[in-house]
Amino acid sequence: MVERVDKVVLPGDILTDLSESEISSKIIIGPGLRQEADEIIVSKPGLLRLKKPNVYWVDCQQKRYVPERGDTVIGVVTAKAGDAFRVDVGGSELATLSYLGFEGATKRNRPDVKVGDIINTKFLVANKDMEPELVCIDSQGRSSGMGVIGRDGGYMFQCSLNLVRKLLSPECVLMKLLGRTMPFELAAGMNGRLWIKARSPKQTIFIANAIYASEYMLNEQIKAMCSKLGNVSIGT
Amino acid sequence: MRDTPLSNCERDFIRKAITENLRLDGRVPYDYRKIRVTFGIDRGSCQVELGQTRVFAQVSCEVTVPKPTRPSDGILFLNVELSPMACPSFEQGRLSEFGVEMSRLLERCIKESRCLDTESLCIVAGEKVWTIRLDLHALNHDGNLLDCASIAAVSALAHFRRPDVTVAGDEVKIHPLEERDPVPLSVHHMPICVSFAFFDQGKYLLVDPTDKEEKVMDGKMVIGMNKHREICTLQITGEILLLKDQVLRCSNIAVVKVTEITELIHKALEHDRQVRASGGKFGFAESFMPEKLTVNHMETEDVDPGEAQARILQELQESDDTDEEQSHITHYISCFVVVKAPGVGTLGEGGRSTWEVDEETQAELKTEQTATKKSSQQPEGRAETILVDSGDSEEEVTVVMEQIDLEKVGKLASRNGTATLKPGKSSTKAAKKKKKKKKPPVV
Repeated sequence: MVERVDKVVLPGDILTDLSESEISSKIIIGPGLRQEADEIIVSKPGLLRLKKPNVYWVDCQQKRYVPERGDTVIGVVTAKAGDAFRVDVGGSELATLSYLGFEGATKRNRPDVKVGDIINTKFLVANKDMEPELVCIDSQGRSSGMGVIGRDGGYMFQCSLNLVRKLLSPECVLMKLLGRTMPFELAAGMNGRLWIKARSPKQTIFIANAIYASEYMLNEQIKAMCSKLGNVSIGT
Repeated sequence: MRDTPLSNCERDFIRKAITENLRLDGRVPYDYRKIRVTFGIDRGSCQVELGQTRVFAQVSCEVTVPKPTRPSDGILFLNVELSPMACPSFEQGRLSEFGVEMSRLLERCIKESRCLDTESLCIVAGEKVWTIRLDLHALNHDGNLLDCASIAAVSALAHFRRPDVTVAGDEVKIHPLEERDPVPLSVHHMPICVSFAFFDQGKYLLVDPTDKEEKVMDGKMVIGMNKHREICTLQITGEILLLKDQVLRCSNIAVVKVTEITELIHKALEHDRQVRASGGKFGFAESFMPEKLTVNHMETEDVDPGEAQARILQELQESDDTDEEQSHITHYISCFVVVKAPGVGTLGEGGRSTWEVDEETQAELKTEQTATKKSSQQPEGRAETILVDSGDSEEEVTVVMEQIDLEKVGKLASRNGTATLKPGKSSTKAAKKKKKKKKPPVV
C-alpha cells in the first residue's frame, strides 16, 4: 500500500500489503476506506493518504455531508419539536439539538433560539442507524464558541467539503493573508458551510468570493491573489 | 426531499446587500449571468447554461392525425421535466406547483404566441400532420429556470430540422435524411422570457435572480417578449403592489435583454451551421470546456532505471573501449523524469523533438555537471547516454536521454582545456527529449 499513497484510488480497489510499513500489526482506516472480511476496500474515488505510521484515508472531492461524531458544523434551525430543535446540517436527515444542550440552560431557563437561526454546533451522536444528535457545550459545560451565531449580521454560504478542510488545514495561508487585507470573523463548519462577517456587506461579499476562488489554488497562487486583493481593497 | 432551508442570516444579508445595490456574485441589478448556448450532434438538441442553471431541450417530430377542430394545423407539444437531479425539492414524475406554473408560462410564451407556423406542418389536411414535441429537462437549478428554459426552447426549435415530405395524389412519402435534406421549421419570431425579482414592495428590482434571491424576493414579474418588442406573456406573482412606471421600466429593460439574447442565439446557430458546413467537429463534446480539475497535482518522481541502465552502461563500456583512452571511466548522473498520468503526455514518434527545455532544468544540469567535474577531476568530452525504462508507467516507451547538451560539453571542455569533443559520434546517439514541466492545476 505504501507505493499507492498519494496516488489516485477508485471505489472497488482492494488494498493489500497493509502492514508493510507498520511496526504493530494494526492499521487505522479513515473516510473512503472500508473493511470487508480480511480486505480493505476503497469506497470513494480520490487520493490515498497516509499519516505515519498507520492511519490511512482517501481525500476526495465531495459536496454531500455525512455526519461524523465530533465534527463542528453550522446548522440551520428548521423547527422546534417538544424539548428539542430540529436542525438542518446538510446531511441526509435533520439532526436534533436538545434545549439543555446550551450553556447555562436548565428546564426553566430555556435558550433563546428561533426558527431560521444558524448555530455553530458539534455532533454528539452520529451513526448510520440513528438520528444524529447535536450539542452546543463541551464536556465541561462551557459553550466554547458554540451556540447561536449570525444574529447581528454576517452571511452564511455553502461550499465544497474540501474547501473547508483546506481552509482549516495549517498549511493553508489564505486566512492569514485575507485577515491582513481586512478584518473579518469566520465560522467554518465541516459540513461545507461558512459564516463570515466583515465590516460591510461589500467586504463580506469580497471575502466570500476570495474564498470561493481559492478552492483550486496553490499556496503561491493564493499569495498572489491576496496581494492583488490588498491593492484593490485599499482603493475602495 | 426537502430543500435546504434559508436562514434568517442569509435573508437579512441579501436584503441588506440589495439596498446597497450589491449582489452576491458581483453583478449589478440589471445584469444577466453568463449565457452559453450549445447544440448537440442531433438536430434540435440544445443545452443552455445561465450561470449555474442548466436546461436541456430536445425537439422531435412524428406524423399524427390532427385535432378535429383544426384539421390543417400541425401540433406543438411542450413537456417540462423537473427531475431531482436539478434540485432536491423536485419530485420525479409528478410536476410540483412550480413545475405546473413554469410549463404553463412556457406554453403561453411559445405555443400561444404562435412563434411556430403550425400550418406549414400540415401534410394532408384532416389526416396527417406533423406533431413537434419539445422536451425540456432541467439539469441544474440555481434560480431563473424559466428564462433558461425559454432560451433553450426557442434555440432548439430554430435548430431542429424535420424530414422532407412529398405528396403525390394519395401517396405520402417521407424522405429519409440520406435522400433529401431535412427542412427547418418556420419560426416566425423568438419569444424569450425575462424574469424580474422585486424586493421591499417593489422598491428594488433585480434581473435574473439566483436561487437564493428567488427565495428572498417579495414578488416576481415575467415578461415574454420578442425582439420586435411584442409582449407575448406577462405575469406578476407574489404579494406586491406594483406602480405603473415600474412595469414600464421592466418592459424597457426586457427589450434590451431580449435583443441581446436573440442575437446570442443567432450567433450560436450561425456558428453551428458554419462548423457543420465546413465538416468540423460539433456537438456537446466539442463545446464542452474542460475547465474542471481532472488531474491531481503529482510530485516529481525518481525513476529507478534498474537493470536496463546497468545493461546500457555495460554496452557503452564495451563500445567505447576502442574509441578513446579515458572513456573506460564511465560515470552517470542519476536522472529525474517527470511521470505524468498515463495518456497525458506522449513522446514524439521520430522526427525532431518538440519538447521545450526550460531554462531552470538546463541551469540545474549545468551546475550538476560542474559539480561532478570537480569531484571526479576527470575530463570527459563524451556525451553520455542513459537509457531509462519508464518503470511503473503503463506506456511501454523507452526514453533515451542525453545528459549533456553538446554545446555545454563544448563550453566545459574548453574551460577545462583538456577534453576533445566528437560531435559526430554523440549526436547520432540520442536526441534530447524532455517532458515539459507539469503545470500547476488551474481553476
